[in-house]
This record gives sequence, structure tokens and C-alpha cells, in this order.
Amino acid sequence: MTERTLTVVSAGLRQPSSTRLLADRLAAATVQALQEQQVEVAEQVVEVRDHAHAVTDHLLTGFPSGDLQAALDDVVRADGLIVVSPIFSASYSGLFKSFFDVLDPDSLTGKPVLLGATGGTARHSLALEHALRPMFSYLRAVVVPTAVYAASEDWGVGEGSGSGLVSRIDRAAGELAELMVQRPALAPADPFADPTPFAQLLGD
Amino acid sequence: MQFGIFTIGDVTADPTTGRTPTEAERIKGAIAMAKKAEEVGLDVFATGEHHNPPFVAPANPPVLLANIAAQTQRLVLSTSTTLITTNDPVRIAEDYAYLQHLADGRVDLMMGRGNTGPVYPWFGKDIRDGIPLAIENYALLRRLWTEENVTWEGKYRSPLQSFTSTPRPLDGIPPFVWHGSIRSPEIAEQAAYYGDGFFHNNIFWPMSHTKQMVQLYRRRFEHYGHGSADQAIVGLGGQVFMRPNSQDAVREFRPYFDNAPVYGHGPSLEEFMRQTPLTVGSPQQVIDRYMTMRDHVGDYQRQLFLIDHAGLPLELALEQIEILGTEVVPVLRKEQDALRPAHVPEAPTHESLLAAQREDVLDTDDAFEGATL
Repeated sequence: MTERTLTVVSAGLRQPSSTRLLADRLAAATVQALQEQQVEVAEQVVEVRDHAHAVTDHLLTGFPSGDLQAALDDVVRADGLIVVSPIFSASYSGLFKSFFDVLDPDSLTGKPVLLGATGGTARHSLALEHALRPMFSYLRAVVVPTAVYAASEDWGVGEGSGSGLVSRIDRAAGELAELMVQRPALAPADPFADPTPFAQLLGD
Repeated sequence: MQFGIFTIGDVTADPTTGRTPTEAERIKGAIAMAKKAEEVGLDVFATGEHHNPPFVAPANPPVLLANIAAQTQRLVLSTSTTLITTNDPVRIAEDYAYLQHLADGRVDLMMGRGNTGPVYPWFGKDIRDGIPLAIENYALLRRLWTEENVTWEGKYRSPLQSFTSTPRPLDGIPPFVWHGSIRSPEIAEQAAYYGDGFFHNNIFWPMSHTKQMVQLYRRRFEHYGHGSADQAIVGLGGQVFMRPNSQDAVREFRPYFDNAPVYGHGPSLEEFMRQTPLTVGSPQQVIDRYMTMRDHVGDYQRQLFLIDHAGLPLELALEQIEILGTEVVPVLRKEQDALRPAHVPEAPTHESLLAAQREDVLDTDDAFEGATL
């Protein structure tokens, strides 16, 4: 049986968090879609709120403190990512952005990513397309075509088959699972394990 | 083992009084600190090189160090760092060889790339070439110091035809070179390739990172045939503030920490002390903490302390140097030296390099005599 790791990054601020709720639903649907293809999934969740101070400290000092390093490693080493942000002022939240700002810019290259966002009204849903998608395109991640937005009204609708949210979640999860099966992310190069030989540096 | 202080010469307001020292005070203060360091038995004084505020004091290390050389007898004068990227290697070769003569050989230097993008264009360079500049310029610098007649062509400066850098290094021995880098494996590789020293300025970094960089350097030092990994020449940074009573030290240092240019307004003093080598407390706490460094990086040769930044007034900095020299370093020196195995060398000095050179000459003479007999 093949194995894949899935990391979920949820940047909600409240408890309970509708952002986390969407993240969990996307994760569950992705795990199910992978299991249907006989893929075993190891899943980690990064609650960005838990690292809020460490993220700010990292921006100021240049190094990750406490558990932040482990959270960043979970993101970098995942075969697939689900990232969900609340939409604030027509874009991702500042904390969500700061978390990705402290990652090495090359570390998401080629990584399958599913985008999600939440907000009070469906009128902000295109923030996924004009804010999150370009950001992850810049990071050279492979973003699945379906991004999932959940507004307050989506949570009001029951779990029936007619729910637009459920079908969007399933479609996006299927797309992510497909990518994760097809192209597992490359293990990140460790510059300490395998330095560029000096003769090559001299020759450049 | 060598112990000393290094300064970055930042002109920062004292957050407890709001007073900003003048450039003149800061520059003269650096000389006072160096003299105090020698007086209390420290081994090394190193100055940074910066060309942008608030780091105005040490814009020109060779000038500052020449002045200190004239007022000291024993102190080794070094840099932290000399900008190998934006300085012309020809000037580095000449300036520091000149300094060797003035200081009777009490000179080594640490190469660094400098850290901010805007600085490079002021000197006609581009930060994106930082690593290639460090590599090409240093390769040229070595030739200028070891070869009398240099014909050279490279990417980053005009070619040289039959050029002799003057004055020649004292006794034909170039200053020992350390390479300083916080996060670039390429620089650890460079230090290892040449068998030079590697200095990790870990004052703002967790030990786990320092350990990775030093281990890489040690492994590659052995790979390039300069000796076993534990014989590589390693230096570390450090940062301390001391009072007999640790609570007093914390209370007095906290406003300087909280408003420091680099890490101020970020992590708390307590968090930063856990994560980095910063130790604010009693002299015994500093001894205990710095005795653990060898557990992470192995036996090392040079420990430099930053004690004068973030607006700390000169009188406090001089007091701290005094405490280091009288209460901390004698204990650290004795205990570290006792633990270091015999095959692990001290940091090279002009005297040790001169002695090694004479030994080489004698060996060659012996071989020659053997052949004629």
C-alpha cells in the first residue's frame, strides 16, 4: 500500500473556528479519496494561531522558536497541503501570510495544494482566486483547480446531497488526492548533508 | 583557547536615558574597550565593518585596529567581519598586511559577506552575487598574499598584470583567516576547503542551527585533508550581561534587550535566553552556560562576546569586560583547556604560524643534508 502525508494549515482565530471546520472537512474528504485509491494517509494539522507569537518573532529574529520549526517541517515535508484562511479586508489574513512568509520560498515548489477560505459573506469568495492562488503560484506550488470558499450561509445548509459546499469539497479533495497519488512531492534537499563541492563553487 | 570581545559599533540611544552617543564617543569607546580587554587578560578584540547607520563606528577596521595596535602589547586584533564581497581584495591584501607590520603580527581576520542589499551597489556590487563574490575575491586575496607576482583575471574586478601587493605579509605569513557565516553552507565549505577557521556568530541563533553549520565545516575540513574533523578551527559568538545577583542583571539589561535594534520588540528576554547563547545573570551562570557550548560543537578555539550593543553605555561595557576578564574567562579557560584532547590545536597565531614555517624549513634542510651525505 502506498503512503502519503497530508498537512492541513488552518489560520482561523476563533474557537470554534469555521476556518478549522472547513479545513477538517477538506482533509476528511481528501483522506477518503486517497483511501479509495488504496493510499494510506498520515495527516498533521497546523493551527497557525498556536504559533502566532513564534511567527512574529521569526519575522523579527530570523529563526523559528519553539514548536514552529516542527510545524514548518510538517508543511515542507508533506506530499500534499490543504491551506485555509479567513478572508480579512478582501484577502488572506495577515497571520496566514506571515506563516508562509517565514517558509523558505523554494520549499513549496511542485507541491500539490488545495486552497480554502471562509468569510461572513459569499461576496468575498473570489479572494481565493485573486489573492491566495497567485500567492501559491508564485511559490510554484501546484494548486488544484477547485478552491473552496465557505460563507456563513453555507454552514446553514444541511448535509444533504444538494449542498453546494459538500460537492465543492468533494471535487476539490478528489483533485488534490489525484495529484498526490500521481506526483509525490520531492524530499527537500538538505544543504548540510550534501554541500556543493568547493571546486564547483570556484568554477561557477 | 582564545577569549575576547567583538563589537558592531552601533550608535544606538540608551533606552534608559534617551541619550545617543556621538560617533566620536563610540569610536573612542571601541579603543577604550580594546585596552580594557587587554588589561583584564582577554586575548582578542574584533571589530565589525559596516557602512550604514546605525553601525557608523567601525566603517574602517584597519584604521581602528592600527590605532589599537599602537596602544596595546598582547591583544590579537581581528575583524567581525571584513567584507570580502564589497571590498576590493587588493585593498584587503594591502591594508591588513600593513596592519600586520604595525601590530607585529597580532592580526587575523574574519571574512563575511555583509547582510543588506542596499550596501552592495554603493560599492558597485550586487547582493545576488554575494557568494560568488566571496569565493572569487578570497581566492584572489590568497594569491596576493602568497605570490609576489600576480597575473589574474576574474569576473568582478579589473584584471591584474604582474601585480605585487605591498607591503608583503609580515615574515611572509599572511594573517590567519576565519570565515564567518550564519546560514550559508557554501561558506562553511569554503573555510573547510582552505583549512581556514570557521566562525559561527550564533548570538541570534539557536544552538541546533550552529551545530549543523559547524558539523558541516568539520566534516568537510577532514574531507579536504587538513586533519581530523575535531582538529578544525572553530569560533563562536556569545552575548552576556552580568551582575553578582542574577535578578539584578535581568532587571538592568531588560530595557536594552527590549529595545535592541536586531531583536527588540520580538521575543521576551527569557525566551531569547533559552533559544540563543544570550546569558543575563551571574558570572557563574555565564560560566555554566558557556561550558556547555563544546557539547554542541566540540572543542573549539575562540569565543568572542558581544557586550556593547543596543545602547549600553561605555561605562557598563567596560565593567562587563572587567567581569569577563577577572571572574569568567579564567575559569572557562582553565576548564576548557583541561577538557581539550592534546591533538586538538589552539587557534593559529602569527607566532605559531612562524614557528611552523621554520620547522618546515628545518625539515627541508635535514632532508637536503641527508641527501648530500
